[in-house]
Amino acid sequence: MPSALDATTNAQLRRPNLPLITLPWLACALLGLAMLMLGRFLGSYQETLMQQVGIFAIAAVSLNIVNGLAGQFSMGHAGFMAVGAYVAAATTYYGSLLHFNTAELQPGLFNFGHVLMLIGLLAGALVAAALGYLVGLPSLRLRGDYLAIVTLGFGEIVRVLLQQTSPQVNGKDPAEIAAFTDAPLRTLARIPLNGALGFEGVPAYATNLWIWTFVGITCLAAYRIKESSSGRAFLSIREDEIAARAMGINLTKYKVRAFVLAAFFAGIAGGLLAHAGVTTSPIDAGFQRSFEIIIVVVLGGLGSISGAVLAAIVFVLLPQVLHPIKDYRLVIFALLLISMMLLRPKGLFGVREIWNILPRRAAHTKPGATP
Amino acid sequence: MTELLQTLTTTIAVGSLYALLALGYTLVYGVLKFINFAHSDIFVLGAWTTFTAANVLTDRLGINPTQSPWWGAVLILLLTIAVCATVGYLIERFAYRPLRKAPRLNVLITAIGVSLLLQNLGQLNGRVTVATDKDGRPTATLPFGSTPRSMPPLLPDLVLNETVLSQGTLAGGTQRGLVKLDQPLTMLDGRTYRIEFTRTADGQPRREVLALTATAGTFPPGTDLATQPRRSPAEVDGLPYSLIRSPRVPIMLVDVVIVAVAITLMLGLEFLVFRTRLGRAMRALSFNIENAALMGINVNAVISFTFVLGTALAAAAAFLYPLKYPGLNQPAHQIWVLLGLKAFIAAVVGGIGNIRGAVLGGFLIAGIEFFGTLYGDKLFISLGARPGLGTSLADVYVFSILILVLLVKPNGLLGSPVKEKV
Repeated sequence: MPSALDATTNAQLRRPNLPLITLPWLACALLGLAMLMLGRFLGSYQETLMQQVGIFAIAAVSLNIVNGLAGQFSMGHAGFMAVGAYVAAATTYYGSLLHFNTAELQPGLFNFGHVLMLIGLLAGALVAAALGYLVGLPSLRLRGDYLAIVTLGFGEIVRVLLQQTSPQVNGKDPAEIAAFTDAPLRTLARIPLNGALGFEGVPAYATNLWIWTFVGITCLAAYRIKESSSGRAFLSIREDEIAARAMGINLTKYKVRAFVLAAFFAGIAGGLLAHAGVTTSPIDAGFQRSFEIIIVVVLGGLGSISGAVLAAIVFVLLPQVLHPIKDYRLVIFALLLISMMLLRPKGLFGVREIWNILPRRAAHTKPGATP
Repeated sequence: MTELLQTLTTTIAVGSLYALLALGYTLVYGVLKFINFAHSDIFVLGAWTTFTAANVLTDRLGINPTQSPWWGAVLILLLTIAVCATVGYLIERFAYRPLRKAPRLNVLITAIGVSLLLQNLGQLNGRVTVATDKDGRPTATLPFGSTPRSMPPLLPDLVLNETVLSQGTLAGGTQRGLVKLDQPLTMLDGRTYRIEFTRTADGQPRREVLALTATAGTFPPGTDLATQPRRSPAEVDGLPYSLIRSPRVPIMLVDVVIVAVAITLMLGLEFLVFRTRLGRAMRALSFNIENAALMGINVNAVISFTFVLGTALAAAAAFLYPLKYPGLNQPAHQIWVLLGLKAFIAAVVGGIGNIRGAVLGGFLIAGIEFFGTLYGDKLFISLGARPGLGTSLADVYVFSILILVLLVKPNGLLGSPVKEKV
């Protein structure tokens, strides 16, 4: 079946991208430095926006691995995010209670609180990845729409289950903290994640520096995945499963791998969200959040990592810039989504990266470059 | 046993709503091979159209559909179908038709876009007021709303299988301001009893429940009604009354109407698809679009018609739904998407593209949802969980069944296997 996504790009796949090995590192370093400085120039509102952009970017880039590269339409990405968020939140919150006897933010650039956050992020990402493995398994038998529904169902199940958890230990009540530190395991066995009210009071260790460091790591990892043999396998599965199988690609292995990788980074995004000073609520696992991430990925281009980051920036900042349209935000993005599918089905950048577009044009315009 | 039968009636009523919605999914999937994610939003549009129309009818035109002009409700049904079918046609024409040759993923994303568009437009348009109550507060908005609203009744609140035990006249007691029945009554079983009487106020005959006691008409076994506190004699003296025994398993008029309308529509659809030329064209399209076009079928017209048919069925379900559940949530509320998802699951479980499968799936999913709630809670309590846990997991049961069916029988219960060609 001819596909509008066909432009995937034999030319692009063959392109050497040597400068890019160093370029992303450089970009990350610059970005990190910028973020460190940014705190001095930006108000707290702008900082919050930057955090949102960063977390959205990680979520979009991770969804891009499974939706954009492997072509497996996952609509439960917010579910993975929420799992990561809750695991990370619980690790830091209860870890802080045990270690510091309080859930307050500990001052300093790096202390045991940050270690707890990193442990929490890793744990959340691993649990999310394990769930990604479970959700990825049905993708072997389910195509397109069915898979979309199953993943959507996964997100909803996560939401419903999170709503059933028991109240959290109140970090402001010394008696409750004492009861918790006496028998932490017995308390944790109740799964004290505060049900439908949402998990509160997680110390906000995830500053812009941390978040954008992880944006850099995620983008770099996603980019390396895209350019690896796995990435090639993902793209071929997306284009034509039967042809991919005929070329000796193990569909089972690669589809599940795409899900696990995407879920892992979604877990990190969720973990950072939990540490960004907001309440982690079961609603975050619902399909509305999943749809928002899908919009970002589709607008940026299915398969384009830099496109996803750019779209995340636009998605969060555009309504802020055009303040009067704030209420019409989702209407506008829905219209954008539809018109994008009608006019430019592969998204802003398609499978390419931003830096792939500019030199390519230049090469074409060179006299004698065309045969 | 009583619980079981009550759950069964709910299952049949709600199941037929799911089935109507599932038919829409299955029809569109049959010819276009994609999930119309906007289907549940068409349903929401229909529910809010019904709500708006009902408010205009009762507030502005002064017609009470529960009373004499019974066709008021039918009018609203037809209006809802017209609105939804028009919107459905426009969506098909301008969003889906240009993508007919595009990959399925693109169409799926477009469908999500249309769904989001409808949801958010609906929320925004809730600011346009159509009807107000006496104090100038808006009671209806165009065409959806952004806050939850309550539907005015379109059907009398009738229980069909209740028994009238006795009728008579209330005798005014002069002493102590009591009103007596003209015969002594003793309640022997544990059922609910109520007393109704006919009164002519403002010129119109009305049926009204006489609150005999503060607890409004539920009398435990052995209650002697004559000993209950009464209304003032001047108010009800000499009025004819009837003593009515409520059944253990009440069959509501609403449920009967829902099932009757749904079954009529399903039979009509069955006739249309399997007995008419148009239906044959639809089936030919679902088999192979290119070949159907070669046989002289107007592909665009038939696809548009199928789409409109699907949205019309959703509109009918949307008209019936607020009759049973009068509380309407705002259009982007997750409850609507979940409803649409359950209907879609019903279509998939029954075998998507298969009309009878959609109906079977609708009843099956409703059964799993309601019986799962009934027995799930008992099971969880017996396992030591807190009460209510099993009830709140209803959606989890439904999604688990979906995954189970897809893993065991990927084409659904009645679906035919699809051969994959290179």
